[in-house]
Amino acid sequence: LVRVGLVFLLRLLSPQAAMTKLTQWLCGLALLGSAWAALTLAPPGLRLPAPFRQALLPLPVYLLVAFGCYSLATVGYRLATFNDCEEAAAELQEHIRAARADLSRRGLRF
Amino acid sequence: MAAASGDKYSVLLPTYNERENLPLVVWLLARTFRESGYDFEIIIIDDGSPDGTQEIAEQLEKIYGSDKILLRPRARKLGLGTAYIHGMKHASGNFIVIMDADLSHHPKFIPEFIRKQKEGDFDIVSGTRYKGNGGVYGWDLKRKLISRGANFITQVLLRPGASDLTGSFRLYRKEVLQKLMEKCVSKGYVFQMEMIVRARQLGYTIGEVPISFVDRVYGESKLGGNEIVSFLKGLLTLFATT
Repeated sequence: LVRVGLVFLLRLLSPQAAMTKLTQWLCGLALLGSAWAALTLAPPGLRLPAPFRQALLPLPVYLLVAFGCYSLATVGYRLATFNDCEEAAAELQEHIRAARADLSRRGLRF
Repeated sequence: MAAASGDKYSVLLPTYNERENLPLVVWLLARTFRESGYDFEIIIIDDGSPDGTQEIAEQLEKIYGSDKILLRPRARKLGLGTAYIHGMKHASGNFIVIMDADLSHHPKFIPEFIRKQKEGDFDIVSGTRYKGNGGVYGWDLKRKLISRGANFITQVLLRPGASDLTGSFRLYRKEVLQKLMEKCVSKGYVFQMEMIVRARQLGYTIGEVPISFVDRVYGESKLGGNEIVSFLKGLLTLFATT
């Protein structure tokens, strides 16, 4: 599993231009996945202390939930701070009036 | 403001049924460029509009001169990408400005694009509604949510290095736009996204300028389920192929 992880790590660090975003994601997930699997499935002699293992097991789900919360918070914040361009709309109306007046003067038949 | 030596800006205006708005956009463009002193031309690519857009374009050509207004119409509605390619063939400028002809984009931002481009020697300057004092007028909460949500997903999946990917108010170096047009294959919103993504791949530099987007047609043309689905399909295609 460690070897698999290393292969993916190398592919990830090599020139970005060659890899599609999808491939980058798959390699990244494979890398993290293999690291997590290696640590949780380790034979008794190589295991981490019990508290670490207890935290490690549900870690993928925790991270997913954390990402979900981050996404909601970010989109919510950006939605709330989305600028409303009131003056731009008003200014446009004025410009439209000026344009129509000037163009009529110059002979444009609307 | 003194004009830069030798730079000329070709504004591409693909139009379809814009008889009402076209004269106003052209008037604003002409005024903006005259006040800022930059050399310009406006290329109007009308796709056989039944409402007389071409006729009013001809009147504008008489008023402003055929060196400033170039009419390059097409027989049928053939799509935005091909309109850009068609327009560029006739562009004598070394920079191209693309924008919407329905007054959602205000020409007053073009000098800011130009300033930004010179400041960082950028290959592309993109107008963004999502940063700085950029924003939108005329959208309800639902529309804004869809916009922010779609942009978030795009940022996570594509990490494009630009904040507004679906925007279509941009300044390109002519040779950069030509190169990108060769490589882009998508349609609609995704087409604009693909341009930025490919630009990054090819190592082009992108600057951003906050713009205001005044949507006066939203009430008539709601964002439908179909468009959302095709956006997601296009996004996943870009994700898997770039």
